[in-house]
Amino acid sequence: MTTTVPAPRTAGRSAGAFADAVRDDASLRRFLHGLPGVDHVGVERRAATLATRSIKKESKLQALDMAISMIDLTTLEGADTPGKVRSLCAQARRPDPDHADVPSVAAVCVYPDLAGVAVEALRGSGVAVAAVATAFPSGRSSRAVKLADTALAVEAGAREIDMVIDRGAFLTGRYGAVFDEIVAVKEACGSGDHRAHLKVILETGELAGYDDVRRASWLALLAGADVIKTSTGKVSPAATLPVVQVMLQAVRDWQRATGEHRGVKAAGGIRTAKDAIRHLVAVNEVAGPAWLTPELFRFGASALLGDLLRQRRTQLEGHYADRDHIGGA
Amino acid sequence: MAWEYAPAPESAALANLKPAYRPFVDGEFVDGGGEPLKTLNPATEEPLAEVGTASHEDVDRAVTAARRAYEQVWGPMPGAERAKYLFRIARVVAERARELAVLETLDNGKPIRESRDVDVPTASAHLFHHAGWADKLGYAGLGPDPKPVGVVGAVIPWNFPLLMAVWKIAPALACGNTIVLKPAETTPLTALVLAEIAADAGLPPGVLNVLPGAGDVGAAVVGHDGLDKVAFTGSTDVGKEIQRRLAGTGRRLTLELGGKAANIVYDDAPLDQAVDGVVDGIFFNQGHVCCAGSRLLLQESIEQEFMELLRARIETLRVGDPLDKNTDVGAINSRPQLDRIVDLAAAGDAEGAHRWTSSCPLPERGLFFPPTVFSGVEQTMRVAREEIFGPVLSVLMFRTPDEAIVKANNTPYGLSAGIWTEKGSKALWTAQRVRAGVVWTNTFNRFDPTAPFGGYRESGFGREGGQVGLEAYLNA
Repeated sequence: MTTTVPAPRTAGRSAGAFADAVRDDASLRRFLHGLPGVDHVGVERRAATLATRSIKKESKLQALDMAISMIDLTTLEGADTPGKVRSLCAQARRPDPDHADVPSVAAVCVYPDLAGVAVEALRGSGVAVAAVATAFPSGRSSRAVKLADTALAVEAGAREIDMVIDRGAFLTGRYGAVFDEIVAVKEACGSGDHRAHLKVILETGELAGYDDVRRASWLALLAGADVIKTSTGKVSPAATLPVVQVMLQAVRDWQRATGEHRGVKAAGGIRTAKDAIRHLVAVNEVAGPAWLTPELFRFGASALLGDLLRQRRTQLEGHYADRDHIGGA
Repeated sequence: MAWEYAPAPESAALANLKPAYRPFVDGEFVDGGGEPLKTLNPATEEPLAEVGTASHEDVDRAVTAARRAYEQVWGPMPGAERAKYLFRIARVVAERARELAVLETLDNGKPIRESRDVDVPTASAHLFHHAGWADKLGYAGLGPDPKPVGVVGAVIPWNFPLLMAVWKIAPALACGNTIVLKPAETTPLTALVLAEIAADAGLPPGVLNVLPGAGDVGAAVVGHDGLDKVAFTGSTDVGKEIQRRLAGTGRRLTLELGGKAANIVYDDAPLDQAVDGVVDGIFFNQGHVCCAGSRLLLQESIEQEFMELLRARIETLRVGDPLDKNTDVGAINSRPQLDRIVDLAAAGDAEGAHRWTSSCPLPERGLFFPPTVFSGVEQTMRVAREEIFGPVLSVLMFRTPDEAIVKANNTPYGLSAGIWTEKGSKALWTAQRVRAGVVWTNTFNRFDPTAPFGGYRESGFGREGGQVGLEAYLNA
C-alpha cells in the first residue's frame, strides 16, 4: 500500500506559535475544526445588547470623528473613471470642506487599474490607496491571474491590497489551498517597508454560518493577513454586527496567543452613523479599546461618510444639515 | 484609543411618580389602616413616595371583596369575557411601558435597560398569553370544563416587582379566580400602577386587590381563612413557614423559592457565548434572581482560558446609575440585602475562596456591590451552598460529566441549571440528570410565557407559565 505524504507547508510569516497547525492539510483542518463553536443564538443576543448602548454628546462626537478616520472610501463600479476616482480622493482628503477639523478618511479603495490615479490624487495627503485584487469580487480565476492582479495594484503604488479568499475551495474543505493562496498574495504585496498591507476578504455572506466565519478568520490570520475583512460589498448580507463580533473575537484571541494586533474591516451594508457607532461599541467591548484606531479597524463604505458628516454637524450646530449643504463626491 | 460613554440617563419624570400611593381594595384606592411606609430609591437611598399599608382589617375586607367578586361576577363570567379585560390590561401595560420601566428602575434599582427590555415586555407578554387561555381552558388537558380554585392570596418578592405580580395575576384571573396580592415592602409601586391600569380597564371591583405592607401583612394574607389558594414567591425560610401554616387546611399552595443554580460549562462549549451566558446568569438584575446561575461548574481542562475570558468580559460591565441606559449592573435593592451580600462574601474570604472583583468604579452614594467572582470554591463553603442573591459568582471545577452532575445536584435547592456544550447528546444526557425545574442549554435566564417555570425540593413546587402553569389555578 502506498500513501501520499504531503510536503510540509511553510508557515505564514507570523504563524510562529501555530507552526504545527499549518504543517499540512490535515493539521490545518484539525486546528480549524478544533476551534470553539459559535452559538448563533448567543452571538446574536450579545450583538442586540451591544446595539442598545446609547452614545450621546461628547462620546458621540468622538465616535463620529473616529468612524470618519476609519473609512476606506470606496468606489468599485464597472463605470469608474479617473474623474470619478479623483472626485472621491478630493472628498477623502477633506471630507467636510467647511469644517477643517474633520479628519481625513483612512484610505480610498478602488480597482487596480485606477490605483495609479488615486495615488496621484492623494499624494502628500496621508490618505492611503487601497486596491481590490485577486479577481475581485468572485476570486474565480487562476493563481497566476490573481498574482498579476495584485502586482498591478502594488506597482501602481497601492499601499493596501484587499484580496478575496477562494470561497469555493473553503466550502469544499480545501483549507490548504486557501491558505497557500493568501501566503502567495502576501508575497506579491512586497517586502520590508514597502510591503503593502494585506486585507483578506472572507465574504461571510457566502460562508455557512458563524463557525465558518471563525474558521475563515483564523485561516486568514494564520496565513498572514494584516486585516480580516467581512465582505466585498457585492454580496448580501455583508457586514452584520454578529459577524463582526465573531471576527473581533478572532483578532482578540490572536493577540492573546501571539501578542500581535491584527485588524478587522467591516465592509458593505453600513450606511448610517448609528450603525457605524454600534460597530465601534462592539470593537470597544469585544476586542478592546486598543482596536479603536484606523490601523486596526476600518469601515469599507461609500454612503456612510455622508451620514457621519451630517450627524457631526447636527451635534455641533443643533440641527440637521441637508446633504446638499456638504460637498460630496 | 480610550472612548468613554457619556451619561445617557432616561428621564425620571417619565415615571409619573406621585408623592403618595394607597392600597387597592374592592376596586378603589383606600387609606390603609397600617402604618404608612416610605419606599426608597436604592440608587440614592432617598425616599421616592409614601405608601399606605394594609391593616388586618384591610386584609379581611380585601378577602371578602375578592370572595364576593369570585362568586357573583368573575367566577360565573364566560372565559371569552374575562379575556377582554386581560387583553385590555396587557395592551395598556405595553402602552405605558416606558412609565412602568422607569418607575420599576427607581423603586427597585435595576438598570433601565433591563426593566425596559425584559421586565415590562415580559410582563405584558405574560398577560397577553394568559388572556388567550381564558376561553380555551377546556383544551388545557385538565378535563373538558375545569373550574377555578376560588380566592387566591399571593405574596411576591422585590426582585421583579411588576413581572412577579403579573405571573400571579394573569393565570389567576384568566382561570376565573380573584386575587389578593401583597407586593414586597421595598418595591410596591409598579403593582399599584398595575392596579390603576386594571381599574381603568374596568375590571370589576374585588377581582384584584393590592395590599402593600411588610411581612406582617404578608403573613395575614397567606394565613387568611377566607382563601382557597396561596401562591408565594420568595425566600425558602418564609416558604417553609407558609407550608407549615397551611398544612391540614385543605388550601392549595404553590411555592417558588430560592436557588443556587449550577451553570455547567463543558470543554466543548461555545466559549464566548458561554462566557456571556455565565455573565448574564449571575449579573442580570444584580444577581437578585432566584434562578441565577450563581455556581459556575467549569471543566478543569478549560479553566485558565475560560477564567481569563470571563474576567475580561466582566470588566466591560458598567455599574452605576440604574437610569443610565448604558448601565449593566444597577443598585442593590435594600440596605439589609447589601449587608447580607457583604457578609456572605466575607464568609467566602474566611473559608479560603479567592475573591476577584471588577475594577469598575462604583457611585459614591447609593447601595452598590461590584461584580465579584470567587474561584477555588469547594462544595463545603457557604458561598457554594447559600443563596447570596447578589452579583457574586462562585466557581467550582469538575473533571467528568458524572462529577458535574454530582456537584450540580449537591444542594438542597433545584430551581434552574445551565448546560453549555456544542454536543447535543451530552446536553440531553446532562439535562436528564440535573435536578432542576428549569434547564437551559447554551443560554440562561430566558423567560417566556409559554414555558413553565418552577422548582424542585427547597426551591418550591408548582409551575408558573404555559399550559402546565394553569393547573395551579384550576380544579381539574
